[in-house]
Amino acid sequence: MAPKESAPSALEAVQGFSRRTVLKGIGVGAAGIAVAPVLAACTGGSKPSSGGGGGGSSSKSVTVGSGSSDDVPKRAYQAVFDAFKAQSGDTVKVNTVPHNDFQNNINSYLQGSPDDVFTWFAGYRMRYYASKSLVAPIDDVWQSIGSNFSDALAKASTGDDGKKYFVPNYNYPWGYFYRKSLWAAKGYQVPKTFDEFKALCAQMKKDGLIPIGFADKDGWPAMGTFDYINMRTNGYQFHVDLCAHKESWDQQKVKDVFDNWNSIRQYQDPSALGATWQEAAQNLSKKKTGMYLLGSFVTQQFTDKAVLADIDFFPFPAMAVEGQDSVEAPIDGLMLTKKAANNQAAKDLLKFMGTGKGQDAYASVDTSNLQTAKDADTSKFNALNKKSAEIIANAKNISQFFDRDALPAMANNVMIPALQNFVKTGSIDTKNLEAQAKSLYAAQ
Amino acid sequence: MTDLPLVGVPRDTRSKQAPTPSTGKPQRRRRVRRLNGRDKLVLGVMVGIPTLIQAVFVWIPMVLSIALSFTKWNGLALSDIKANGLQNYKFVTQNYPPFWPAVQHNIIWLAFLALIATPIGLLLAVLLDQKIKGSRIYQSIFFTPVMLSLVLVGIIWQLMYEKDNGLINNLLRTANTSHAVDWYGNSKVNLWAALVAATWRHAGYIMVLYLAGLKGVDPSLKEAAAIDGATAPQTFFRVVFPAMRPINIVVVVITIIEALRAFDIVYIINRGTNGLELISALVIQNLVGEGQVIGVGSALAVMLLVISLVPITFYLARTFKKVD
Repeated sequence: MAPKESAPSALEAVQGFSRRTVLKGIGVGAAGIAVAPVLAACTGGSKPSSGGGGGGSSSKSVTVGSGSSDDVPKRAYQAVFDAFKAQSGDTVKVNTVPHNDFQNNINSYLQGSPDDVFTWFAGYRMRYYASKSLVAPIDDVWQSIGSNFSDALAKASTGDDGKKYFVPNYNYPWGYFYRKSLWAAKGYQVPKTFDEFKALCAQMKKDGLIPIGFADKDGWPAMGTFDYINMRTNGYQFHVDLCAHKESWDQQKVKDVFDNWNSIRQYQDPSALGATWQEAAQNLSKKKTGMYLLGSFVTQQFTDKAVLADIDFFPFPAMAVEGQDSVEAPIDGLMLTKKAANNQAAKDLLKFMGTGKGQDAYASVDTSNLQTAKDADTSKFNALNKKSAEIIANAKNISQFFDRDALPAMANNVMIPALQNFVKTGSIDTKNLEAQAKSLYAAQ
Repeated sequence: MTDLPLVGVPRDTRSKQAPTPSTGKPQRRRRVRRLNGRDKLVLGVMVGIPTLIQAVFVWIPMVLSIALSFTKWNGLALSDIKANGLQNYKFVTQNYPPFWPAVQHNIIWLAFLALIATPIGLLLAVLLDQKIKGSRIYQSIFFTPVMLSLVLVGIIWQLMYEKDNGLINNLLRTANTSHAVDWYGNSKVNLWAALVAATWRHAGYIMVLYLAGLKGVDPSLKEAAAIDGATAPQTFFRVVFPAMRPINIVVVVITIIEALRAFDIVYIINRGTNGLELISALVIQNLVGEGQVIGVGSALAVMLLVISLVPITFYLARTFKKVD
């Protein structure tokens, strides 16, 4: 192997070269690795320019950035796009990104070279990007689909400037889920007011049940309880203003919310902080807990048909104000990015999403959610779906969810630890909440 | 031939020099400085690329982080960056409830690794260094956790710790009763539960380092100690352990760094909330993802950097002193 006198130069050259190459390779590789997430975030990077470049109305293709990466929603959206293609002849190219990444990278995604249309949520998280002009208003789309939506849905699709930015696809209500057979056996009645609710909890406790199933290991489920008690105590508008930090956290109204919560805290599952919502759902199906406040997606956990048929739910009981007018029903849908403002095909797709036909295509695959358009086909609804749809249709106000209605940093960094601590100790430092809110909202 | 220095020696001189290295010393020193263009290029590339990589991936981000920690920014347009003075640091230390628990947990983490996990690793190494049967097999068993990521370690221990289905509660016969301890969910015990899981991995790591160290200790030292009438513990603590000084320093630094960068295991348990706050988890929470607050996250990162610099400086000072 060892070459003699004449060879070292060649060998050295080879060696040197290969080492350099390796180094370069590492450099390029590292750069590649570092760039990859950025590229993934800006999936639009390499696609054939559809609307953005030309900006003309003649464009007949549309790209969609989708965070609906789970199997069922992914196939459901594909069904929508296939139906749109069949109807209009426009081509749809989908870039699906794992949903956590999609949400986490949304800032850089919208600023980079985004797709024409992207999946998103109603609420502060929608209005925030609208106010930063990273998405395009779609009032012209709403002119043709507006009559297809309730006032509450139209309100939820409107930005701070009064323009429409969002086309709802589906939503799902939050409520107390329970097993009909258990309640029938024990003679429980659906409580309409908070006092009835507390009496029911006391009775369940006496009967050896954990009255209220609860799981908050992931941090966000407790926000549902907070939202409902807040809206029932202080009204829907206060919820919106508090989430937008137009109201101070350090005031009696907020303390009242936690006082009211404290009156039912003893009935909530004491092991909540170590449990996920899936585990809490199992406890409900095993009849260990009497009822469980969650979104209707909880039914995904009941794979046993007999259990599923035995599930019913009721809206959060009335407390001080507005009865049961407000329903927490997060809406998912589509938005138009700024660069596609003049892409007619993209707007046609949004219009299609706003019709019963488009939403039915989605619901044909994903049956755990409710179409939002008035002319959607509800004939395939099961009893639970029908009831959900009725409650949402009768709602005067539809809230999203704390983490959709508020600044994400407030929800994730402040409320999760604060609520977990409240669940543990029953005490809350509203002064500190306000101090944190002030600093975080100012940074936006 | 291949182990000749690659750079710095012009190739025309090398072939002459190689057969008679002993005579070339003064000559060689002079010629080393004479670099031709190609050598300079090679040198430049060899030094430049790593420096560039280092700069792009370490120094520039670090400087930017430090700069951003004095600003507030929503992460959108660069023009939105606004100077914020020391407000982020004030926020973190005065208004951010998870911060001080996180500092406390990092200290507990360090103390636990240093006083319990590392000595266990040393003990394992000493035991396995005896010529016991099946020593290799034990080594492999204790080393296996090191090859697993902390994420996996967290998941494996989840199977032990689960409230109603976990091994521990079933052995204690408390599963499915009201006495069942929720090892990961109860903030009074979950830090210790996570530490036990981390120890399981850390001890194996330390064991391997010390096994290598023990193999490197000159056996004649032990013989000399035995001849002088030293007992086994005396031999170990007075002779063998001090002889492993270089390893000891490495182990100390590794332990400190492991304690500071501990992150994955608490993140996999509950994202570093509810009794498992660690500074690193807070950095991630504030910098990555939807709860992004760049100023605050950067301030936390800078604090972690400053804390980490202490052991790193200590370690580097040691290393370079030895070279000199």
